[in-house]
Amino acid sequence: MLNGIFRKPRYAQIKGRKDENVDNKPKIPAGMWIKCKACKGSIYHQDIKKNHGICPTCNYHFPLAARSRIHQILDRGSWKELDKDMESVNPLGFDSYNRKLEKAKDISKQNEAVLTGVGKINKIKLVIGVMDSRFMMGSMGSVVGEKISRAIEYATEHRLPLILFTASGGARMQEGIFSLMQMAKTSAALARHDDNGLLYITVLTNPTTGGVTASFAMLGDIIIAEPGALVGFAGPRVIEQTIKQKLPRGFQQSEFLQEHGMIDMIVERRELRDKLSSLLLLHQPKEGDIDV
Amino acid sequence: MSRSSAWETVSIARRQDRPNAYYYINEIFDDFIELRGDRSFADDRAIIGGIARLDGIPVTVIGQNKGMDTKENIANNFAMPNPEGYRKALRLMKQAEKFKRPVICLIDTPGAYCGLGAEERGQGQAIARNLLEMSRLKTPIISGVIGEGGSGGALALGVADRIFMQENTIYSILSPEGFASILWKDSSMAPQAAEVMKITAKDLYNFNIIDRIIKEPIGGASENPKEAARLLEVYLKEEIIGLIQSPISEILKNRYNKFRKLGEFM
Repeated sequence: MLNGIFRKPRYAQIKGRKDENVDNKPKIPAGMWIKCKACKGSIYHQDIKKNHGICPTCNYHFPLAARSRIHQILDRGSWKELDKDMESVNPLGFDSYNRKLEKAKDISKQNEAVLTGVGKINKIKLVIGVMDSRFMMGSMGSVVGEKISRAIEYATEHRLPLILFTASGGARMQEGIFSLMQMAKTSAALARHDDNGLLYITVLTNPTTGGVTASFAMLGDIIIAEPGALVGFAGPRVIEQTIKQKLPRGFQQSEFLQEHGMIDMIVERRELRDKLSSLLLLHQPKEGDIDV
Repeated sequence: MSRSSAWETVSIARRQDRPNAYYYINEIFDDFIELRGDRSFADDRAIIGGIARLDGIPVTVIGQNKGMDTKENIANNFAMPNPEGYRKALRLMKQAEKFKRPVICLIDTPGAYCGLGAEERGQGQAIARNLLEMSRLKTPIISGVIGEGGSGGALALGVADRIFMQENTIYSILSPEGFASILWKDSSMAPQAAEVMKITAKDLYNFNIIDRIIKEPIGGASENPKEAARLLEVYLKEEIIGLIQSPISEILKNRYNKFRKLGEFM
């Protein structure tokens, strides 16, 4: 009867959330209130929207839809999309890939993980490509590789500067070796752009990993990253499994990359347009070339 | 579990006693002189390279080098290069360009190394730079897989004018184990993954990604390394003669188009 009277009662334990950077699945704000992944605060979604998709409390940069990015960066009305209708096929006949593509199209309301086109920043014409992590983690398959290669070739042919915004979990596994070859294809196209003395800027956003990091993301003449973005070749989980130890705090974040000499600068989202504008202006060959 | 023919190829490609890059370099080339280091950080033993003669022609030869035993494998990091390995390879390629030597790359890696130091020193940047520079290197390049061609770590030596695979080798976006664990959350399904991923020499030949399948002795290169080397030697000599006779502008244009056309979409 007296059994257990002095015993400590057992409570269910609720484990704390793991490091916020390990889980890098982009969640697109849907409800009225959104929980910030970094500071865990609840924020009214209009406040995030008004603030360029940045947490007003802790400055966490939420993943941005490609169209929102284009809206933030380009001069109003200057955007002309290229290769809008290009769609993926299933080259290996991989089970469930078609379904995944349909779902991704549904969620993102676009055909693939990158939008490419021509536009202007403060009246300077450029080619721009923006990846969207909502589309199958922004993974690179044949369409992403082809659209980016065509955008690069367009820039080379029209002697335009090129800006690519990266956001990608890496290669599109379902396309196997075709996906891998996109790394070589895009890099080769960049070599020609480079040979023509043209400016290429990359903006690395959260997350940029795998085959995208190991190709066009790290090839910019100027490499910019958003604050706190995860950028690396191998993902943190793969590295932890390989070395069998926990990664240090902040490992593979923009600040870490800057410290190790891998990027030129970290620029907050609300200052990006101005920074890009200044860089473009410094690379304008002569006044007459500015399209007014 | 059913054994797939692709999985058998994986097993043959990974055999510990499969001839490595060092073996082929010594069997096929004359007067090999190894050149070391990336000139900024270290000499990565996962990749070896240097100058040699092929059929009397001076060439630069570079290879990812697995060990023939455990001790050697540890010293060579199981042929998983760090950024300094790729930078050494690029240094040797640029040198080859300067002295107008053709480049021959032997690919054999499970993948680029996924470690702390590799990330700190820019693994992604090192691979990316190789892809870009190889695409415009003004000298002929022949690359091919002599064992495992794992992911971007393999491709970083694989942007070439002629690409071959030995009969029992694989070339893939990632290991079958990795593929199975990512897509099916079960790495023990690697044999099934090997099948659906389409990673054998025959698959890649049918996709027009490689130009030639090099025959191996029955049972694989390990069964008769000398014969495997001879078969590879015949191919390399034949290709190099053709390439050095072509104008470099032609070669570069064809190299660009070779990769430009890869991909399936609508």
